[in-house]
Formats: sequence, C-alpha cells, structure tokens
Amino acid sequence: MKPIVTIPEKYRPTIDHEACIRCKKCIKACSYGALEFKDDKVKVAKGCVACVRCVFECPTDAIIVNELPKQFAPHAVFSPEIRRSLISQANSGGVLLSSCGANAEYMDIFNDILLDAAQVTNPSIDPLREPVETKTYLGRRPGKVVVDDNGKIDLDASETPIVIMDMPIMIGHISLGSISYNAQAALFRAATQLNILAGTGEGGLHNDFYPMAKNLCAEVASGRFGVTSHYLKEVSCVDIKIGQGAKPGHGGHLPGEKVQKLISETRMIPLGTDALSPYPHHDIYSIEDLQQLISVLKESTEYKVPVGVKIAAVHNVGAIASGIVRAGADFLTIDGLRGGTGSAPRVIRDHAGMPIEIAVSAVDQRLEQEGLRDKVTLCASGSIRTAADMIKCIALGADVVGVCTSAMIAMGCTVCQQCHRGACSWGIATQKPELTSRLDIEIATQRIVNMFHAWNEELKEILGAMGIDSVESLVGNRDRLRYIGPNPRIAEILDVKHSGEGWG
Amino acid sequence: MSKEVETMMIDAGHRNDLGHPLDYRELNRLIREAICAGEERLVLMNVIGQRYIASATSNPNTRIEIHGTPGNDLGAFLNGGTIEVFGNAQDVTANTMNDGMIIVHGNSGDITGLAARGGTLLVKGNSGYRVGIHIKEFEGVGVKLVIGGFVNDYLGEYMAGGTILILGQGVEDSPVGLHVGAGMHGGRIYVRGPVEKHQLGPGACLAEMNDKDFKTVDTLIDQYEKAFSVEIDRSIEYSKIIPLDSRPFRGHYDSTTI
Ligand code: SF4
Ligand code: SF4
Repeated sequence: MKPIVTIPEKYRPTIDHEACIRCKKCIKACSYGALEFKDDKVKVAKGCVACVRCVFECPTDAIIVNELPKQFAPHAVFSPEIRRSLISQANSGGVLLSSCGANAEYMDIFNDILLDAAQVTNPSIDPLREPVETKTYLGRRPGKVVVDDNGKIDLDASETPIVIMDMPIMIGHISLGSISYNAQAALFRAATQLNILAGTGEGGLHNDFYPMAKNLCAEVASGRFGVTSHYLKEVSCVDIKIGQGAKPGHGGHLPGEKVQKLISETRMIPLGTDALSPYPHHDIYSIEDLQQLISVLKESTEYKVPVGVKIAAVHNVGAIASGIVRAGADFLTIDGLRGGTGSAPRVIRDHAGMPIEIAVSAVDQRLEQEGLRDKVTLCASGSIRTAADMIKCIALGADVVGVCTSAMIAMGCTVCQQCHRGACSWGIATQKPELTSRLDIEIATQRIVNMFHAWNEELKEILGAMGIDSVESLVGNRDRLRYIGPNPRIAEILDVKHSGEGWG
Repeated sequence: MSKEVETMMIDAGHRNDLGHPLDYRELNRLIREAICAGEERLVLMNVIGQRYIASATSNPNTRIEIHGTPGNDLGAFLNGGTIEVFGNAQDVTANTMNDGMIIVHGNSGDITGLAARGGTLLVKGNSGYRVGIHIKEFEGVGVKLVIGGFVNDYLGEYMAGGTILILGQGVEDSPVGLHVGAGMHGGRIYVRGPVEKHQLGPGACLAEMNDKDFKTVDTLIDQYEKAFSVEIDRSIEYSKIIPLDSRPFRGHYDSTTI
C-alpha cells in the first residue's frame, strides 16, 4: 500500500524555448527545485510556488508562471484548497503550517470605508503651500496640558519618556531568524533614515545593529530570547509581546534548521535547536502579572524608555486593552487577524481573531469611554497594505500603524507564502547564505524608504484634502469616514456613519 | 592586603509621614544611585515586599544583602553581582537572569528563574510551581538553579538548556511535582531522590547518571554547602531528567504548500 497521495501542482512556469538563451539563471534562481536543465533545455520539474524569482532573473523574458487549473471536479462546499489540505493531512498527520497573513476570504472592511474631503464650507489645505504635520509621538501622555507660571506649556511635565517619529508608521516586529540579516538590516536602516521606529522581533539584537538602536523597539516575548539588560537600555522603546494577529494564543517556533550561527549568537541558544517561545508568558497569567512585567521593564530601563504591550485582536479586545493601559503600558499595539507571520499553523492564521478595522475602533471607543484614551499611544497593525489603509486605520482610532508585509514587498517579497519553508528565493525569509546574499541591503533600504516616503506624502495629500493640518487631528476622527459595505451593523460597531448620512 | 569595602545601609522599612515604608521605586532608585556612585556593598534592612529589587544590576562587584522579605521579580535581568536574601523570596526571582548570583536563605516562590540563561541561584529551602521554565544555555554557559528542598509542578518546562538541581532535603518521597520537563529540549535536571516516569511531562525522559553528571552535582552541592554552612548527604540516589530530543516539535507540522 502506498499511503502518500500526491497533491496536484498549483503553478507551472512555461519556458519560451525560442526566446531562451540557455543561460540557466532561472535554474539557479529557483530555490524550490522547480526548474532543471535537461537535453539542452530548461525543463519544468515539480514544486513551483509562483515566487517568480525566475521571471525576475530571466534576461530575455522567456518565462511566464501560470496558475494551473484546479485539477479537481468543481464543488461549491469542498473547495480545491480544502481538498488539498485534507489530502496533505492524510499524508502527514501534521498540523498544516503556513506563513504571511490570513489567506481566507474575510471581508476586507478597509475597502468598504470611504474618506471625506473638504468642500466649500471648510477649505482644503494645499500641502505644497502649507505645512501638514505628520510627526507622531509614542509613549504615555500626561492626559492634560500643564502650563507653567509664565503661561508657557510645560513640555517636561510628562513623567514618562516619549519617542518622536516623523511619520505615524512603525515597521512591525520581524525577528532575525524569521528573516535574514540583510533583510533586517534594510528594515532598520530604512527606519533610521525615515526617523520612524522598527521592531526587533523576538530574537534579540545582533551586535551590528546596536548603532541603530535609537530607532528600534525591542520585543520581549515569552521566549525572552536575546533579552539582556544591556539590550533593553540601548533601544528607544520596549514592547511586551503577548500575541500576534496571525496566530493569537500561539507561541513562536523557529525550527532548528534556521538556528544557524548568526541566529544562535543573537538569540543566545545552541546551534540547531528549535527556538521555542512558550504559548503564554509564564510570569503573566493576569493583568496584575502583566503590570509586574511592565514595571520591572521600566525599573530595568530606569524609566527612560516607553514600555508597551502588543496583543492580537481577539473578541474581548476592548476590555483587555483597558486592563493593559491600567497596568501601566505607555503604548498598546493591536495586531489584526490578517497580520503577517513567518510561520503559523494555517488553522489559526485563517480562523482566529478579528479584523484590525473593528479591533482598533473597539479599543479606541472603549478607552475613550473609560477616560484612558488620552493616556496611551495606540498602534494598530495587521495588513495595513497602503497609505489608504493607514489613513482609514488612523481615523478609526490608531495613533500609529505597524507595517510589515508591505515593507517586505518593497524589498522584493512576492507574498508567495513560503516563508515557513526557509528557502525564500528573494533572500528575505531564509538563512541560507546562497539565498540571503541575493538581497542587497542598500537597494532594499532605499526601496523601503521610497515607499514610506510616498505613503507619508499621500497622507499629507489626504489630510490637506480634508482640511486637516496635523495627523494628530485625524486620530479617531471617525466622522470623516463613511461606510459603504454590505453590513450596516459593522458601521454601527465601527461607530462610522453610512455613506449618504451627513452631519445634519 | 585586602581592600576595606564600605557598606552602605538602606532602611527599606523606614516609614514616611503616612506610615508607609519606602516605595519600591524610591528603594530601587536609591540602590541604582548607590551603585552608580561606586558603592559595592549594600545592605537593605527591613525589606517589606518591595518589588523588582536590583533588577538589571550589572556590576560584578556589587553585593546586595537583603534582610526581610523582598517582593516579586527580585534580581530580574540580573547581569552581574551577588544578591543574598536573609529571608524568603517571592515570585519570579531571577527573571531572565543573564549572569551573577542570587542566594536565598529561605524559600522562593513560583516561577523562580524564569527564562534565565546564566548565573547561579541557590535557594536553601523550597520553591513553588513552574521553577526554571524555559531556562537556557549558550556556548557552554548556562544558568544553574539549586533548590534545597522540594519544588512543585512544571519544573523545567520548555527548558532549553542550563542545569537544575533539586536536593529534596526534608522530603521522604519525590521532591518534585508533576509535568517535570514538559516540552524540554535542552539542559538537565538532577533530583536527589526518586522521580517516577508518570511525573515527567511530554518530551522529557529519565537517564542514567554518568561521571560528568556526578561532577556537576558535586560542584553545585559544594557551592550550596558553602553558601548555607550545611552538609548534604551525597549518598542518596539521583534521578536525572533530560530531553528526548532537541526538537520537540519534530513531525508535528506539515509544511506542504496547499
Ligand atoms: S523560481 Fe519560483 S516561480 Fe520560478 S519556477 Fe521556481 S518556484 Fe516557480
Ligand atoms: S518573504 Fe520570501 S518566502 Fe516569504 S512570502 Fe515573501 S517571497 Fe515568499
């Protein structure tokens, strides 16, 4: 009996043999072994994942990658994806792994939201002529303005430290290990050039990156990998990771193959062992416990850096957020259902959590009701794809947005969802030297800088068009949004009026 | 010629106008300032539950003596120096310790030594649940936890490296609870006394002691005896617990492209 059933191929490169000059670049490019050279020709083997690295490398445009017909009899309920996953599980008996964000057809609420613009009764602002402020402050706010004896605003009145960024954007936490040294270097350099923050992810900080620490936010996750007092004191803020939108309630798991020298040194674990982050922090089973970790991090950093908490957007997110602010977090990050990951069980990635649009609005409203909103910086992440998503997310209540996948796309990622296999042909989600060397740090840095610069310009355009001169005035300004989707109940929950409803 | 080391004393129980003892923030600030000013020997008197004492201390020459009961997270992120407690410690002592030494002349609470990767912790008495969770080692340097009495469930869960020794003094039966070494993928646990298979968590197994193990245990007992001026009977049989695999999730996942 042969227990293994092959799953039909999904993609197939087609080679135009007339255009092909037999340079074999595509064969070298393919890290999935889907191309081979036989009988003086480039031939197609199995396993193409449509990463299109071969297309990029081919000097004569001789390759097209096609999606193959589904190879299954049509059925309205048992989709080809479902059948493929069942066949695979019957083969392996394993928990299906995947990467990138949820690849399921949940409603994309950002696409159902329209922005307002100024007409006649309130003039728009021309950002070329008048300044539109996009500076963003991250940290705990005093919640009030303190005026000194001379009538001047006392800027030092806030006891807690603040990080100033030039844009309301933070590059999210992507660990060294999940991505390559070159990829992380590019993200960090871009953050430095843009004067925004980048998250370190949970793998600690490589020695080479310490000079950029002032633009970095250190992640303290349940594995505490690479977390030392020195590290905590160097960075500009510290983030306690409770959860991640792509895998709420799940721990981290960096397979031993990826724990090579560089990673082992940074994470401070032996070569080749699995780097496992327990599902919960075992010192945090309650809000009171969380308060302790926040406090001990503040003590350890001598109250010089903001300490935040990042959670996945789950159904009770409003109440949890309230607890987190009360526990002393200076900033709070909510990561939505569609957020990315380098590796997560498919069942969690696609089925657990809630979309960031709803979560950020729910948290903003809840904190407002409880008089806590002014105290804390609210960051939102989880598939903020474009400047439009960013702007809508800010108007729904976020002070800052966290962005990962789009920054990876700027570097070359094609969202092929193979990160967990560690053979990223673009040199991003891999530790194999022959692949990581494909990513040029300088070019990648410049591309990320360009992209976020463009987003910030688009933000100014929209702010100007709305007649708003500072991004802070857009935060939670849900009156400038209208809902146009199929389910008015969502509009109600978002606290956004339906398109067609005016002010009165 | 030995250098005279001056001792600085802080009265942590000193009451303010409202009758409150020193706040933990104030106490820790005083400690940091003293260390910064070059003080090497600090004695904290009447400590009454103040948390986070000496967190992130890094100077290897610092010696902090604590009289009373320090609160949770004593010596968190410790990176050097010695903390000696003449009393009991509470929860999460030595949280993510990187280096240095903590000596407790009493019991310590739950989650002792969480995620520590270096340094030494000696507890004269017993400890609570979840001791030594996710402790690690790197390049031959790992944390060492020695508990004189017994510990409760989940000892060494998710352990990735390092050494735990449970001496089981005053215990007739097994000095460890259930789920020992669940998800363990590195390091070693020595128990002076019996451990049965049903007490182990998934991923852990019992193994024979070898010469190297006896040497490790002897060195740790020497340290314990010296720290607490006691003598330990070394003739009792040890149980040794190690991971089945450095990759406990092998075969658990299917990474096929769907
Ligand atoms: S490089 Fe990518 S797209 Fe090209 S054949 Fe290989 S897997 Fe397919
Ligand atoms: S990082 Fe690499 S493997 Fe992951 S989705 Fe992007 S291109 Fe594919």
